[in-house]
Amino acid sequence: MNAKNYIKLEFPSKSSNEAFARTAAAAFAAQLDPTLEEIGDIKTAVSEAVTNCIVHAYPETVGKVRMRLRILDGDVLEIAVQDWGRGIADIRKAREPLFTTGGEERSGMGFTIMESFMDKLRVRSTPGKGTTVTMLRSILSREKTR
Amino acid sequence: MNISTAYSSGRLTAFFSGELDQHEARGAMRSLEDLLDAYLPRDLVLDLSGLNFMDSSGIALIIRVSRRVKEMGGRMWIENPAKQPRRVIDASGIDRLIPVATNSIS
Ligand SMILES: Nc1ncnc2c1ncn2[C@@H]1O[C@H](COP(=O)(O)OP(=O)(O)O)[C@@H](O)[C@H]1O
Ligand SMILES: [Mg+2]
Repeated sequence: MNAKNYIKLEFPSKSSNEAFARTAAAAFAAQLDPTLEEIGDIKTAVSEAVTNCIVHAYPETVGKVRMRLRILDGDVLEIAVQDWGRGIADIRKAREPLFTTGGEERSGMGFTIMESFMDKLRVRSTPGKGTTVTMLRSILSREKTR
Repeated sequence: MNISTAYSSGRLTAFFSGELDQHEARGAMRSLEDLLDAYLPRDLVLDLSGLNFMDSSGIALIIRVSRRVKEMGGRMWIENPAKQPRRVIDASGIDRLIPVATNSIS
């Protein structure tokens, strides 16, 4: 697929970067003229994916997080969030609602929310090597829905 | 994020504002625990009308606080969630455990 535009961002897995990452994603998506609801959905999905890198991929250390956003044909926004952390042994289990290894500070609803706010969610992971979460969301521009 | 409060006859209302994510959640939990200890309310209302953003870290926080309130023999519910938090609440299904009220006044 041809990307009409893209950005790549790399940052350390510090929780103060959660707000930065979702705000940057919303600013990039703005060129598709999204509705307020679509902007909220994008920010939420990015916040979930980036928080997972910070909390689960690098539980005891600070590691590298890469976020790549692309605009694909048909006004589809692709969001990819990658880490080189602990990885996920059983992806199917991890994606189940309420499943968490994070204790009472986590709800186990992150993947469920990403899935329900995005059109497509793909998770690739190798234990000990890292995880990439890729999401697609087609944006109906406000102009078109008017 | 910030939490301000109003108290009247056994009911403590906590007004959330700003953004509630993992970075903010621990501090918010501590504030709410301190408020519960200080007021010992019968009812706790989480007013989310001023909350601009919340993700699943907020869901975990709400579940924890409601558990705490139940242990104290009280009731807790959510009032007036703004649009984005409302979508997260709906997607998570916690409205089956914790009532969500929308008032016309705010
Ligand atoms: N980037 C990641 N690296 C390692 N483990 C992950 C990652 N993302 C998710 N997980 C695993 O998947 C589980 C479910 O994730 P999620 O649905 O976001 O819920 P939560 O973050 O509340 O635990 C996590 O508890 C963790 O075990
Ligand atoms: Mg999560």
